[in-house]
Amino acid sequence: SSDQSVKVWDKSESGDWHCTASWKTHSGSVWRVTWAHPEFGQVLASCSFDRTAAVWEEIVGESNDKLRGQSHWVKRTTLVDSRTSVTDVKFAPKHMGLMLATCSADGIVRIYEAPDVMNLSQWSLQHEISCKLSCSCISWNPSSSRAHSPMIAVGSDDSSPNAMAKVQIFEYNENTRKYAKAETLMTVTDPVHDIAFAPNLGRSFHILAIATKDVRIFTLKPVRKELTSSGGPTKFEIHIVAQFDHHNSQVWRVSWNITGTVLASSGDDGCVRLWKANYMDNWKCTGILKGNGSPVNGSSQQGNSNPSLGSNIPSLQNSLNGSSAGRKHS
Amino acid sequence: MEELDGEPAVTVIPGVNSKKNQMCFDWGPGEMLVCETSFSKKEKSEMVPSCPFIYIIRKDVDVYSQILRKLFNESHGIFLGLQRIDEELTGKSRKSHGRQFSSQVRGVTFVVLASLCPHQFIEVGWSLLPAGHLLLHLLDWVRLHVCEVDSLSADVLGSENPSNHDSFWNLVTILVLQGRLDEARQMLSKEADASPASAGICRIMGDLMRTMPILSPGNTQTLTELELKWQHWHEECERYLQDSTFATNPHLESLLKIMLGDEAALLEQKELLSNWYHFLVTRLLYSNPTVKPIDLHYYAQSSLDLFLGGESSPEPLDNILLAAFEFDIHQVIKECSIALSNWWFVAHLTDLLDHCKLLQSHNLYFGSNMREFLLLEYASGLFAHPSLWQLGVDYFDYCPKLGRVSLELHIERIPLNTEQKALKVLRICEQRQMTEQVRSICKILAMKAVRNNRLGSALSWSIRAKDAAFATLVSDRFLRDYCERGCFSDLDLIDNLGPAMMLSDRLTFLGKYREFHRMYGEKRFADAASLLLSLMTSGIAPRSFWMTLLTDALPLLEQKQVIFSAEQTYELMQCLEDLTSRRPVRGESDIQQLQDEDIETTKVEMLRLALARNLARAIIREGSLEGS
Repeated sequence: SSDQSVKVWDKSESGDWHCTASWKTHSGSVWRVTWAHPEFGQVLASCSFDRTAAVWEEIVGESNDKLRGQSHWVKRTTLVDSRTSVTDVKFAPKHMGLMLATCSADGIVRIYEAPDVMNLSQWSLQHEISCKLSCSCISWNPSSSRAHSPMIAVGSDDSSPNAMAKVQIFEYNENTRKYAKAETLMTVTDPVHDIAFAPNLGRSFHILAIATKDVRIFTLKPVRKELTSSGGPTKFEIHIVAQFDHHNSQVWRVSWNITGTVLASSGDDGCVRLWKANYMDNWKCTGILKGNGSPVNGSSQQGNSNPSLGSNIPSLQNSLNGSSAGRKHS
Repeated sequence: MEELDGEPAVTVIPGVNSKKNQMCFDWGPGEMLVCETSFSKKEKSEMVPSCPFIYIIRKDVDVYSQILRKLFNESHGIFLGLQRIDEELTGKSRKSHGRQFSSQVRGVTFVVLASLCPHQFIEVGWSLLPAGHLLLHLLDWVRLHVCEVDSLSADVLGSENPSNHDSFWNLVTILVLQGRLDEARQMLSKEADASPASAGICRIMGDLMRTMPILSPGNTQTLTELELKWQHWHEECERYLQDSTFATNPHLESLLKIMLGDEAALLEQKELLSNWYHFLVTRLLYSNPTVKPIDLHYYAQSSLDLFLGGESSPEPLDNILLAAFEFDIHQVIKECSIALSNWWFVAHLTDLLDHCKLLQSHNLYFGSNMREFLLLEYASGLFAHPSLWQLGVDYFDYCPKLGRVSLELHIERIPLNTEQKALKVLRICEQRQMTEQVRSICKILAMKAVRNNRLGSALSWSIRAKDAAFATLVSDRFLRDYCERGCFSDLDLIDNLGPAMMLSDRLTFLGKYREFHRMYGEKRFADAASLLLSLMTSGIAPRSFWMTLLTDALPLLEQKQVIFSAEQTYELMQCLEDLTSRRPVRGESDIQQLQDEDIETTKVEMLRLALARNLARAIIREGSLEGS
């Protein structure tokens, strides 16, 4: 959060949530926090205005700590290659190994890999992708299908006049062993705050959600490669399948549920909205979460009919970053 | 779905002021976390958001209700049964089984509807059927429901003198109540044969039964024609009643009254009817056979009231059946998906209809797609529950397009708080050849175990995941622990590795090394010695461990009897030389390092001495044997 710290909550056996760790992580506001896949252990990455990104691992503490319900997090590495604020950090899909990407205001996306998954202090910078625009967000394509090369989407909130198209898609090329630009979404010309590929349920095409002045959902269908241009990046047919301005203001965050069937977005209107497609592939808003400023009644563990705070929620470790919904306004 | 018209539902988050501040959120496996932030677009951001709470939003609260849990379990059984029937039967018989399930599902459904929306009537007409066929269908339904008739019939007919059987008249009455007039007539003919005195009136009754106009599926007459004919027939019956034709035989008289739709007469047969909806159907049959679906629920309500007669109050099932006597697929699906936040009802109904091939026939061209869509929704909802998720697995199994991949995504996210649960999940994955999920889950568990220093657990998970790399890692840890502490943890596991030992070289070494210790403990020194040597010479032992192995050889070398043969001793010496010659050049070292090196040197010296002594003894012994 903007107090430069990260807090981690754990759900206990009895179903209560406790803050089990809270520590100062950076010397500037923390923009984003993200979990690695549990296959790699309990690992977090954070990025900050202080131009660094860091990787943290939970150390199982002494039994005393366990009794007190505290856990320790240790910094494993600091990634200091960026010369400007690091605006987003995301782990790659687990089938790619332990890999993460950062993007910065200086327009460069950096991809790091930890070759030894048991040694989190060794990360090497594998790729630097120049986007030519100040970057604000990145998203890895989670598809583990062999039919798709690794792909990363980058959004920009660059406000300079000659920065037009704000979303770029980069694809890894097996031959050149480098990431190359595959597509630019020409129709997105407003500053982009968040971007998210949907989990792929065996579809042959990709779905990408974008948080900009409204909520937009695109499909990207890979075009069959011609024999001649087999060396180049995939070409995609891009269609916009939904555009919603219900928030009536800037949309700061978009995120998919685990099956990629529901998209959630939050915006300056203070609401969280849920979007879903029916079996005919028509998208519409299926729910709104809104605070009307009414006072909370009773303790925080009781709920009314909605929202419900109950036990029996599958245990979920989640870190909360107060600034994930937005960032400093210039 | 297009059915979900209207505005989306608004969920209010208490304490959060959306007018001022933004909210942030994140997805969980089955729910969402939201909280207020301190970001405001209008005002200067405050340091802290005004609402300090984080909220957990769950969509399907219904999943947790006690009543519903029972319902889900039962309907799950029905669902599975239906899918399996589908796999076995051909189309013709499928429909009748479908109908049987239909009434079961309806029965179960309506318990739910009652508990959720007791005062809500789902208003629609059973427009599946052409006008007039409603009654036929209802009769079918009743006949399926009330099965005792067949056994009773067998009983009576099987006896020597059927018409003298105690239950004879009951049987005839039931047959009439169910509109099975042909069978009733046959029974009457037996009575006619047995007692000639009543033959005449039996015949008349038989004729009445035979001539009752009914609408049959292949019939081409119009409804109006039918109604006219029925009216005439009804009047004829009325005349017989007025003339007291059947006065001599109270049974027959009562049958006549039933056929006239006399409510009092019907109610006298409460016991035979056994429930009010049977009463309803019979009543309709004999007073308004061409009833339209729309009018049905009026009759239903009054039937219920009459039948209960103020003695008892309707049970939830009754109320729901009342609601159920109006049935339009469109409307029901629409209403239920709005009224019930859970997809249960809609999903099952659609699946049922799809199986009866009724979706297609009813203009819903998206039939199977919609079925799968709804089932996926329902099953996904189940996964949010700590134990109902298992039901969800079966549902996904029967969604041919997206079921498997949805299951893959969901099953990885199930929290595995206990070993039992983990094993259950893994079994499910293994049954379905979801090898990637098995590997992933085992890896996660192994990782967790390693972090908590539970090496035995970590090892067994790695073995199950067939993860050679991780098994090597864990084995290394074991060996390191041994070096530090001088003993093994988790001996049971290592001793019983069996063929799993082959997973990785390091693991094999670990197993074999432990075997060496066991042999030594059992004083099988020769075997132990050979094993120890082979561990080094075969290359299985990591070089870093050789010193330990050689040190382990010391006690064997210094036994009274000669254990290592000369040949073996030479090999040991070779290994020692290999090891020492490859040691790094001594560079700048601090005191600690010097001390360590000193210890090393001492060890090596001791080994050399022991080996030499052993060699001497071995040569002598072997030489002597040869000599004798």
